[in-house]
Amino acid sequence: MIPPRPTILAATEWLSARARWHPLEFVFWIVAFAAIWLMPERHLILTEIAWLALFALSLDLILGYAGIISLGHAAFFGFGGYIAALLAKYEIVNEPVLALLIAGVGAMALGFVTSFLVLRGSDLTRLMVTLGVALLLRELANRYGWLTGGADGLQGAIIQPLFGTFRFDMFGHTGYAYSVTVLFILFLIARRLVNSPFGLSLMSVKGNPLRSSAIGISVDARLVAIYTIAAGYAGIAGALLAQTTAFASLEMFSFDRSADLLLVLIIGGAGYLYGGMIGAIIFKVMQDYLSALTPQYWPFWIGLVLVVIVLVGRDRITTWTTPFRRLAARLDWRAARRAAAASNEGQKP
Amino acid sequence: MTVVLETINLAKRFTGIIATNDVSLRIEKGARHALIGPNGAGKTTLINLLTGVMKPSGGRILLDGEDISDVPTHKRVRLGIVRTFQINQLFGDLTPLETIGLAVSERRGQGLDWWRIVGSRPDLVSESVGILERFHLTDVIEERTAVLPYGKQRLLEIAVAIACRPRVLLLDEPAAGVPEDERHEILSAVAALPDDVTVLLIEHDMDIVFSFADRISVLVNGALFVEGTPEEVARDARVKAVYLGEEPVDA
Repeated sequence: MIPPRPTILAATEWLSARARWHPLEFVFWIVAFAAIWLMPERHLILTEIAWLALFALSLDLILGYAGIISLGHAAFFGFGGYIAALLAKYEIVNEPVLALLIAGVGAMALGFVTSFLVLRGSDLTRLMVTLGVALLLRELANRYGWLTGGADGLQGAIIQPLFGTFRFDMFGHTGYAYSVTVLFILFLIARRLVNSPFGLSLMSVKGNPLRSSAIGISVDARLVAIYTIAAGYAGIAGALLAQTTAFASLEMFSFDRSADLLLVLIIGGAGYLYGGMIGAIIFKVMQDYLSALTPQYWPFWIGLVLVVIVLVGRDRITTWTTPFRRLAARLDWRAARRAAAASNEGQKP
Repeated sequence: MTVVLETINLAKRFTGIIATNDVSLRIEKGARHALIGPNGAGKTTLINLLTGVMKPSGGRILLDGEDISDVPTHKRVRLGIVRTFQINQLFGDLTPLETIGLAVSERRGQGLDWWRIVGSRPDLVSESVGILERFHLTDVIEERTAVLPYGKQRLLEIAVAIACRPRVLLLDEPAAGVPEDERHEILSAVAALPDDVTVLLIEHDMDIVFSFADRISVLVNGALFVEGTPEEVARDARVKAVYLGEEPVDA
């Protein structure tokens, strides 16, 4: 049988199908926003999930899409966090949203400068270089205690009400609504970006840098671009933490934080944007639940889950969620209808 | 005829060996130029130098008389020097449609478009589909490249290069490793390349070389050994000696 000759229409349809919204995505975000009203007693942990999800989304942009592995992503998280806390403490910028943007831009600048360090070398080199940058920043923050508060952390910041109206309360109500909105907006931008020609070129760079340059892509420039953007995302995540807790500490730069982040992304699966968010939910809920059961030994269970995931995961870290995604695709009635329509189209003479 | 690509005393030395030794090569516009030579003669090294993957230790590379020796790989592609690889270098996780679409969008300078959804430029999609049709890849456009049959991957290897609209196309053993019954598909694709594209073909298979080329350069131990029309090269006793594994008497 001669396979149906795909028309340009079918090709267009197929190319743009990936960018289309899946029903489960609507469910995900409706639940996330409904939690503002439906789960007020859980807002503190939900806020933590929101900024962790954003932080993991940032790592997904570089690891899942561009193949840059990092063990020092906390560098940008901490940098953004301190910027936001300092702006509030010294009352330089009183509007939290504006301070958040400044923190993001500051982290982007740091990301741009350090991106040149991760262009060359193997995964191991990148792990060490990123780790080193984060350690360096942590020590700088420690050394300049007059500015950062040193080992005691930056205390005494007062976060002004959002838009001059919504006060950050101790139950995290404002904090969650704020964080989840920021997460959603940045997610939309990231979603657009990964489904664009630029996003496709990142995947090509990840897949085969040699061929990418052979079709005219400046591999280095693309890596610098995505690393810078991702650093901005991480900085905003850190700023969210600083603003919702009115506190920044050296721990924000710590190795543990970078390592946990990698864990979060691996739990959720890299390379489809939702991995970081799902990972953040699982990680925080497990942490919350297990630490209530065994306050001292909960990392044991997280470790066990990680080992199981990596062993079960067929193709290293990105694909253990594939069966679920396939299932989700099967459940997507619109996709099935489109596929049927496309094959009918193809069979026409 | 005008010379489009030229090397002047091009050299590449690695520690201990000279991979390219004082090569001065002139490739004419629209030529079907073949580069042959025994294993280890330095053919792929020469391609790597021409495309900028390696930096020459000496000499110059000229495109239309302009020195491009220091131009990075991706910019040479923009200038029209495009290559294929002896061992497939494809994007395993992308489909042929995405691969060709990417190459076309990069060629058009739309690769930094980050707000536009892939597939939302009708002319880009139709051009990509056109290229896939020419290379008989339309039945697999939606499959992951990694799972395609080897012959299809070899075709895609050439199709990607064509999507970059080369002025000079460097084909590094296009039919390497392709089973006998799929060979003709690759060869007819190579034969059907547009006339205005200058082609430099590296090949081991003498049948392909002599049916395709209008000019042949023989590379031995990194240096240009003989150059001429297929008839001249076929008659040359020294070339025969090299291919029979003997040292040429008067080299």
